[in-house]
Amino acid sequence: MLDTLILSRIQFAANISFHILFPTITIALGWLLFYFKVRFDISKHPVWMRAYRFWVKVFALSFALGVVSGITMSFQFGTNWPGFMETVGNIAGPLLAYEILTAFFLEATLLGIMLFGFHRVPGWAHTGATFLVALATTLSAFWILALNSWMQTPVGFEMRDGVAHATDWLAIIFSPSFPYRLTHMLLASALTVCFLVAGLSAYRLLRGDNKKAPQLTLKTALFSAALLVPLQIFVGDLHGLNTLEHQPQKVAAMEGLWETQQGAPLVLFALPDEENRQNRFALEIPKLASLILTHQLDGELQGLNDFKGEHPPVAPVFYSFRLMVGIGLLMLAIAWWCSARLYRHGSLTPLQLKLLVGMTFSGWVATLAGWYVTEIGRQPYLVYGVLKTRDAVTTIASEQVAITLTLYLLLYAVLLFAYIKTLFVLAKRAVDVEEYDLTQPGLPERKASATAEGASA
Amino acid sequence: MSWLTAENLALVFAALTALSLLLYGILDGYDLGVGITLPMHNEAWRDTAIASIGPFWDANETWLVMAVGLLLVAFPAAHSAILHAMYLPAALLLIGLILRGVAFDFRAKVKPAQKRNWDWTFKAGSLLATFSQGFMLGIYVMGLNYQLSSVLFASFSGLCVTAAYAMIGNAWLIGKTSGELQRHAIASCKKSGVLTFGGILAVSMINPLVNANVYAVWTEPPLAYFYAAIPLLCFGMFALGYLVLKRLPLPDDKGAWLPFWLTLIIFVCCFAGLVLSFYPFVVPNDMTLYEAASSKESLQIIFFGAIFVLPFILAYTAVAYYAFRGKADDLKYY
Repeated sequence: MLDTLILSRIQFAANISFHILFPTITIALGWLLFYFKVRFDISKHPVWMRAYRFWVKVFALSFALGVVSGITMSFQFGTNWPGFMETVGNIAGPLLAYEILTAFFLEATLLGIMLFGFHRVPGWAHTGATFLVALATTLSAFWILALNSWMQTPVGFEMRDGVAHATDWLAIIFSPSFPYRLTHMLLASALTVCFLVAGLSAYRLLRGDNKKAPQLTLKTALFSAALLVPLQIFVGDLHGLNTLEHQPQKVAAMEGLWETQQGAPLVLFALPDEENRQNRFALEIPKLASLILTHQLDGELQGLNDFKGEHPPVAPVFYSFRLMVGIGLLMLAIAWWCSARLYRHGSLTPLQLKLLVGMTFSGWVATLAGWYVTEIGRQPYLVYGVLKTRDAVTTIASEQVAITLTLYLLLYAVLLFAYIKTLFVLAKRAVDVEEYDLTQPGLPERKASATAEGASA
Repeated sequence: MSWLTAENLALVFAALTALSLLLYGILDGYDLGVGITLPMHNEAWRDTAIASIGPFWDANETWLVMAVGLLLVAFPAAHSAILHAMYLPAALLLIGLILRGVAFDFRAKVKPAQKRNWDWTFKAGSLLATFSQGFMLGIYVMGLNYQLSSVLFASFSGLCVTAAYAMIGNAWLIGKTSGELQRHAIASCKKSGVLTFGGILAVSMINPLVNANVYAVWTEPPLAYFYAAIPLLCFGMFALGYLVLKRLPLPDDKGAWLPFWLTLIIFVCCFAGLVLSFYPFVVPNDMTLYEAASSKESLQIIFFGAIFVLPFILAYTAVAYYAFRGKADDLKYY
C-alpha cells in the first residue's frame, strides 16, 4: 500500500491537472468570444453571431467542468494538506479570498447572462457581460498565479514561531517569478484555444461544412497562433532565465545536468539515471545549454550534484520539459506552414486540415507538461525553501485517500472522454445547420433541409 | 480603527462564513432540489425545470466555495479539523456536485439518445450531493465522531436535508413555471413539506437531548424566551405554507412565489437555531471561533476587500435575477 503522502500527492496532481485543462480554455476563449461579439455589434453580420453561438457552447461546457473541479480544489487544502494553511495560511488565505471575491463570483453570475441573456437584456449589456466574464477568468488566473508564484519564489514575509506572516503585500503579489509565469500561462491559454478552434473548425471543413463561420474561425485561430507561438517561445525563454536565477536546481533537472560545469552541453535526449547520477544514451550539442542560459559559450551552470537531497526527481522534470518544448516547436511549424498556405491560397489542403484536427488538444498536453516541469521542479518543497511537501500532508489513513483517489480518477477519465467526444459531436452537428437566417440572427438553430444533410454526409 | 480587534474580526468573519453557508443552503438548495425532484417521466418538464435554474446554478455554487474558502482562510484550524473528520462524505459531496454540474451542460449538447442518461446523472448527482451535505451536518451536530448513534443520526439528517431541498426546489418551480408542471410542483411541494416538517421536529428534539450545551441554550431564561420565537416562527411558516399550497394555483398566478418565501423563512429559522446552539464553537465542544481565527493582519486585508467587493457581488446578483425574472418556459439555452 502506498503511503498517505504519495497518495495525496497523486490525488492533488490528478485534481489540479484535470482542473487546469478547463481554465486554460476559458481564459482565452472568453476573450475570443468578446472579439466575436464586438465584431457582430459593429458589422451586424450574422456570421459573427454564428461563430459566437458555436463557441459559447464550448465555453459553457468548459466552464462547468472548471467550476466543479475548482470546488474540489478548495476542499483539498483542508482535507489533504492541513500543514499548508497552518504554515503559510496568512499569505495564501487572502490571495485565495481575493480570487473568490473579485473573480469567481463575477464570472459565475454573469455567465448566466452571457449564456441565456441574448433575448433578455439589451445588446450592450450582453456584450458587457461577455467582457466581464472574460475579465474575471483572467483575474482569476492573476490571483491563482500570484499564489503559485509566491510558493515558487516566496518574498515579503517573515517567519514567527514557524508561521509565515506577511510584511509586504505588493511584494507577495508581484513576487519575482510572477510576471513571467502569468504571461507564460496566459499565452499558453491563448495557444491552447487557437489550436482547439483551428482543430474543430478544420474538422467541420473536412466534413464538408462550406459555411463561412468555420472558415473565419480557422483563419482567426491560425493567424493568431502564427503570431503567438514565437512570442510564447521568447517568454518561455525569459521564464527559464528567471528560474535559473531563483531555482537553479529546477533548471539543472530540466537540462539533465549532473555536474557543475562551464560550457555545459544541451542534452537533446537522454535517459536520466538518478541512482547512478548520470545520463544514459545522451544526445548532446556541446556548449549550447550554457549559451542559451548564460549567453556565453563557457558560462557556468550548476549541476544537480551541488543540491543532493534538495533537488526534484530528475526524470519527470526532464521528460516533461522536452515534451513541452517539442509540442511548442511542432505548433510553430504547423502554424506557420498552414498560415502561409491560407494567406496565399485562401484554403488549406486536406492533409493540413487533418494535421490540425490531430493538434486539437495539443495545447493541453503542452500546458500540463509545463506545469509538471514547474511544480515537480519545486520539490521537495511545497513552498520553496520554507515548507517541505511531506511536512504539510494530512494524517488521514491511506486507505481513505486511496478510495477517494480511485473515485476521482474514474470520474475524471469518464468526464474527459465525454468532454472531448461532445466537442466533436457539437462540431458535427454544426455542419448540418443552415448558414444563418439573415432576418433574425439570434434565433435558435434549425435543422437544414434534407439536401444539405445529404451533401455533407 | 480601534474597534477592529482580533476578537471582533473573528466574529465578523464567523458571521460572513455563516451568511455564506446560509445563502448556499437557500440558493444551491433550490437548484439541488430541482435536481432531486426532476420528473423523469416527462422530458419537456425536465427541460423547463432545468432551464429555470440554468442562469443561476453556477453562481449559487460559488457560495459554497465562499463558505469553505472563508472557513479556510479565517479559521484554518477549524477547516482542517472539520474536513479531516468529514473526509469521505466531503468527497462524495464533491463527486455529486461534479456529476450534476457537468450533466447540466452535457444534456443540452449530446445526441438525443444520451440526454436521458445525463438527466439521470443530474438527478443522482443532486441526490448524492444533498444527502452528503445533510450527513455532514448530522456528523457536525453529533460532535464529529462516527459512533453508531452518530452515523444513524447523520443518515437521518441526510434524509431531512434531502426533503428540505426538495421542498425549496418545488417552491422555486411553483414560482418559475405554469400549467401542468406547476401543479405537479405544488403537489410535490406539499409532500416534501410534510417530510421536512417531521424531520425538523425530530432533529429539534434530539439535538438538545444529546448536547448538554444546546439544552442549556434553549432552556435557560431569560434568553430562552426570545429563542422560543424561532421554532414558533418556523412551524408557523409550515402551517401557513400548507394553507397556501392547498389553494394554489390561483388566477393570474397570484401567490405563486409565496411558498418560496415561506420556505426561505423556514431555512433562516433552522439555520439561526443551529448557530445559536453552537455559538461560540466552530468545532462543537472543542474549538471556539476565537481560538480558530487566523492572524489579525490577514483578516484585516480580507475584511477591507470583502467590504468593498460584497456590494458589487450583491448588485450584479440582483441584476442577474432581475434579467431572468418571470417564468422559465421560454428560456432558451444556446
